[in-house]
Amino acid sequence: MPTPTLPADSSRPARAWRAIHGFFLSFKLTIVLLAFSMVLVFAATLDQVNLGIWTVQAKYFRSFVVYGNVGPIAVPLFPGGYLVGGLLMLNLVAAYVSRFAFVWRKAGILLAHFGLILLLIGELLSGLWQEDFHLRLNEGETRNYAESYRDYELALIDTTDAKVDDVVAIPEAMLSGKAAVQHPKLPFRVVPKIFYPNSVLQMRGPEGPAAIATAGIGPGILAAPQPETYRPNETNLPTAFVELLAPDRSLGIYLVSPQLDAPQQFTFEGHTWRLAMRRRRVYQPYALTLLKFSHDRYAGTEIPKNFSSRLRLTTPDGRDDREVLISMNNPLRYGGLTFYQAGFENNDRTTVLQVVRNPSWILPYVACALMSLGLLLQFGIHLIKFVRRRRAVVVTPPALA
Amino acid sequence: MKTRFSTLVVLGAVALVAFTLRPPRYTSDFDLAGFSGLPTLVNGRVKPLDTVARTSLLMLQGRQRVVAPDGRTATAAEWLLDLFYRPAHADEYQVFEIVHPDVLALLNLAPGDGAGQKRFAIRQFTSHLAELERQARLADAAESAERTPFQRAVVQLRDGVLLYQHLQSSVMAPGVDTFLTELAQLEQNLPAAVAALRSPETGQGHGSSPEAKGWLALGRAFTVMDGYAYLRVVPPPPTATAPNAWRTIGETWSATLASGQIDPAARAYAALGRAWRDAKPVEFNREVQALHEQLAAALPVPMRKAGLEARFNAAEPFYTAMALYVAAFLLAIFSWLKWPDTLGRAAFGLVGLAFVLTTAGILARMWLEARPPVTNLYSSALFVGWGAVALCLVLEYFFRNAIGSVTAGLIGFGALLIAHHLSLGGDTLEMMRAVLDSNFWLATHVVTITVGYSATFLAGFLAILYILRGVGTRTLDRTTADALARMIYGIVCFATLFSLVGTVLGGIWADQSWGRFWGWDPKENGALLIVIWNAIILHARMGGYVQQRGLAVLAVAGNIVTAWSWFGVNMLGVGLHSYGFMGAAFWWLIVFVGSQLAIMLIAGLPLAKWRSFARLNPTTSRRRGDATGALVVPLPR
Repeated sequence: MPTPTLPADSSRPARAWRAIHGFFLSFKLTIVLLAFSMVLVFAATLDQVNLGIWTVQAKYFRSFVVYGNVGPIAVPLFPGGYLVGGLLMLNLVAAYVSRFAFVWRKAGILLAHFGLILLLIGELLSGLWQEDFHLRLNEGETRNYAESYRDYELALIDTTDAKVDDVVAIPEAMLSGKAAVQHPKLPFRVVPKIFYPNSVLQMRGPEGPAAIATAGIGPGILAAPQPETYRPNETNLPTAFVELLAPDRSLGIYLVSPQLDAPQQFTFEGHTWRLAMRRRRVYQPYALTLLKFSHDRYAGTEIPKNFSSRLRLTTPDGRDDREVLISMNNPLRYGGLTFYQAGFENNDRTTVLQVVRNPSWILPYVACALMSLGLLLQFGIHLIKFVRRRRAVVVTPPALA
Repeated sequence: MKTRFSTLVVLGAVALVAFTLRPPRYTSDFDLAGFSGLPTLVNGRVKPLDTVARTSLLMLQGRQRVVAPDGRTATAAEWLLDLFYRPAHADEYQVFEIVHPDVLALLNLAPGDGAGQKRFAIRQFTSHLAELERQARLADAAESAERTPFQRAVVQLRDGVLLYQHLQSSVMAPGVDTFLTELAQLEQNLPAAVAALRSPETGQGHGSSPEAKGWLALGRAFTVMDGYAYLRVVPPPPTATAPNAWRTIGETWSATLASGQIDPAARAYAALGRAWRDAKPVEFNREVQALHEQLAAALPVPMRKAGLEARFNAAEPFYTAMALYVAAFLLAIFSWLKWPDTLGRAAFGLVGLAFVLTTAGILARMWLEARPPVTNLYSSALFVGWGAVALCLVLEYFFRNAIGSVTAGLIGFGALLIAHHLSLGGDTLEMMRAVLDSNFWLATHVVTITVGYSATFLAGFLAILYILRGVGTRTLDRTTADALARMIYGIVCFATLFSLVGTVLGGIWADQSWGRFWGWDPKENGALLIVIWNAIILHARMGGYVQQRGLAVLAVAGNIVTAWSWFGVNMLGVGLHSYGFMGAAFWWLIVFVGSQLAIMLIAGLPLAKWRSFARLNPTTSRRRGDATGALVVPLPR
């Protein structure tokens, strides 16, 4: 069983191929990889106490090699999740392809392993594709966008027209570069000067280094860079200095940061512009209005019974205009996004929804069904055989397997 | 003759079980059973006062048995009545368990001052309560996972004292010695009192009569009671819209001062108190009876549930089942030495009886809670034991070699023992927090994964039997060894199915409530480890890398993996699932893991040293065992 029979061929490439083929097919590899994955999962679980869940995921599972620090040097310690998972997948697919011969006796095993392949693919895809946002709504407030948890953008808004705001958003990654940003809608260029991924702001005193910013609120503020944080309940608050360059002159260097409460404003060639760094927004072709957030408790206690948000969902074309209810374990799936009840703030008057885009969300469901069915079938076949033989021969009972 | 013996044993056990299930009898003139069955809303659930009394005692002193100050064994209901209505007397009961030497020193107590060297009356440390409170506040500042044992002990004792005081405030105003007398005066002079309180002068607090001042003070006492009350014993008025709008006695009397209407339940609890204080059983029983009739008419379902719960508490089916499992275990072990058929049948019967009893207990809990069987750590322990015993019964039905009965006795008893220790934290029928409030997922994911735990443990314990019987006795003959190995393998298959399906269902639940299928949360990882481990066992066996002994060793290691996933991850104190947090059990986990490692080491002895195999076929075993490490009897492929 461990090594399959292959046509006899004694040429060297064929032998090498057979060796490689045999290696990837072997049960031994399966067992070793499974053991490796156990060690990996166990270590990652323990390390969550120190590192928090996001860092652990990146370090142990979304990596090819797990590094550990011996003194100041990072030393590769263990194969990471991608390596172990990838090899397991290879092992599984190789075995699947080369041993595939349909017999009823093994139908369950085949189905279960196919389900496992789907599950692994699904996990890989969600790792690559899944995007998470959040949506904060006060009661009565309407929004047609969700915000990123961790990414920021610099928004330049032309507010000259009272009815329509023209927005150009520059992602955080471009602000940390050096290249000037040009956009057909902007009559000036945006030149990144300095970028702090994490920072604190304070009012500038009389002494201290000379101000970098030359326009807006910036000259009165001192920005100090901070080490980046990876803790699950902390976020980085970046600060950037950008210079706005018109074809003939500089409009000044601005300090922008999500820590500033209000956008800065300036006029250029008769247009009024606003400038703000904010969490990256994803606009949707529909709007949600929070009608009511409910926080139910069990009578006479503070034990939460349920959290739910009653919302109105509207599309500009008027096709949809209805009330929806999102509660714990009951997300709303609409337009390729899923909205979950994630939290609440502000004395139960603000709801926090988690918004997830995961095109492959259906795969685990299919995989689950296949695996359950496969194992049920397989062990059912064993069981029936066992009971039958047990009835026929009582003296020497046969194996379950 | 032999058949008759096993029938007799089982019939005797049935009689014993029937005896524990009879209605509880109290040797008191007071209708304590009736009082115990009175319902109250507490922690979001309507439960009988009997449950309140028993769980409070468990939380305070780790046991339900309580000794009155005069040295007589009292019932939980008597203690609660004294706590309610005779506070000074109740303070003499030694119901606070204090063992930490530094806490004893803090309270200026010596072990010798306490009953059984560890149980103290609150009167013995009343003067140190302020210092206890100060220490507890210091400890509160530390994260619960980082507290020292002293701090944990201090916080636990402070919480116990608070529970005790809040219980008292549920029916009587704290610190008002003449409360019941004042209430009687209020009942007699209600119109005058209401008029006095309604007059604008009283509202402004000046120029009022001494009577009005008295009523005002009583009104303030009601407000304090309402704030401190732990129990809501006054059922919702018929006009209430929310079904759980139970009220505190303080709130009810406050409403009386405003409306002039006396709530019958509040009046009854006051009358009960006077009858208990003045030792007048006839009046007491009349009030209990009237209250029961009135509540049964208004709230038939909660009253039926409260009645059943009080019966359930008194019957203690899980303790009876523990005794039955021990008896079954011993009978089954002896059946390997003498009279295999007779003793084996008797053991099988006892396991079956204990199983029926635990099933009934779990069903009763499910009906009371209107939930699937597993809702918290306590019920998971019950269910792990139940599932493993069910599988053992199936094995025993097919194999008839007492192995199923021995394992059932061991796991059944062990699981119930763990459950008992988990029950010390308070009421085990808790309300489910928002994300868990889903009967569909509790019934599918949680039940499946718990059956997976059961099966993995069962495989592990069967493997322990294989190893210990093989090494230590001569009873593991070839047929038995084959049968055991087949059982282990079959149960591992079963465990793989359930833990895999359970884990994936958990992923789907997470996708429904948290927006991701898999998040590498500790509890998820724990479940995954069980799945991987079972997969390793299956592949190792199918690839022919292990035979019987290797299979047994791997299955024992499965115990460690499962124990880690069940309890270990909760001890980390991180992750979304850490609502089952527990600290003190850590050392027991270490002991368990150590014992399993020791058994695995024992299994590593050369096969020639295994007493069973040395006798069976010395030459073969020595040759094969030493050369390859494989077993004497290879498993059929």
